[in-house]
Amino acid sequence: MAHSQSHSHGHEEIGHVVPESTFLKVLIALLVLTVITVLAAKVDMGKWNIVGALVIASIKASLVIAIFMHGKYENKIIWTYILIPFILLAIMIGGVFTDDPFRDHPQPFGAQAEQAAPAAPAAPAAAHH
Amino acid sequence: MSAVAHPIVDHNVPPGEPPHIHHMDTTTAYGAAKLGMWLFLGTEILLFAVMFCSFAIMRYYHLGEFHDASKHLNLWAGGFNTIVLLISSFTAAVAVTKAQKGDNAGVVKNFGFSLVCGLIFLCVKGYEYSEKARHGMFPFVWNSDFYHYKNFLGLYFCMSGLHALHVIIGMALLYWYGIRPAMRGRFSGKYYTPVELGALYWHLVDLIWIYLFPLLYLVG
Repeated sequence: MAHSQSHSHGHEEIGHVVPESTFLKVLIALLVLTVITVLAAKVDMGKWNIVGALVIASIKASLVIAIFMHGKYENKIIWTYILIPFILLAIMIGGVFTDDPFRDHPQPFGAQAEQAAPAAPAAPAAAHH
Repeated sequence: MSAVAHPIVDHNVPPGEPPHIHHMDTTTAYGAAKLGMWLFLGTEILLFAVMFCSFAIMRYYHLGEFHDASKHLNLWAGGFNTIVLLISSFTAAVAVTKAQKGDNAGVVKNFGFSLVCGLIFLCVKGYEYSEKARHGMFPFVWNSDFYHYKNFLGLYFCMSGLHALHVIIGMALLYWYGIRPAMRGRFSGKYYTPVELGALYWHLVDLIWIYLFPLLYLVG
């Protein structure tokens, strides 16, 4: 209470002031990470290309949220609000991938009907007879 | 007794002073505004989350198409735009510090720089779109030579288009809630909520591009 009173009547700032030099360091880190992403994409690592790109992107996103968006200085309620959308995104992508690829449709979304034709009639044919 | 005489939020205060809000002290109002902004940013992330999910599932089924089609995007334009957005995000963050120190001219300068960066981003994006149109690389055009890239191109135009729309909205917010009041000396260490919330929106635009750039241009 006394803390908030002094904020209301005093002349100091109500939020955390981050020095500009900190922002500059983060910007340089972000630019270096961007160059690393582009260079890493030139090397063919198969499946690991997208994993690496997403890991680097997530490091960059964490830096932006923690420093540029003042996340580092926020309380637990705001952190709950920050994390919930990412948790929901993970649940959605996880849910779709544990469902769709395991269904019996090797050629989904009506793509290449002629290719799907030899394989597809097997199951329905049995059901009809 | 009318709403005009006793508004819930009274902005009719001297420059640098926070607006009068009924039954709420300045610190509470600041915290509530920021919490509301983060909730809104959460819905924005979820809006894009649907598209990222579509991208993931389409890439899973059409891996070859995504690899080939993403090579047709202009990596130099995309990389340049990434750097432009990162720098604009930096100046937006600096603008908040300037506002906290009561430096209204600094807010105008830094937000102004971010705004110009947003404009450059949109120009480069427009150039990329026009190049794609010139080569007939639009999705779902039956007689196009690139019809077999329809899944990737559809997602490319949807995702980058929605992102570009956010750049435009962000520019409007930076001007309306940051630059315009700052020119009248509105902000001080005691009141800079609109600058911080405007900057938060701009950082979100940057945040989404951080994921869009590698997914669309690099790994496909």
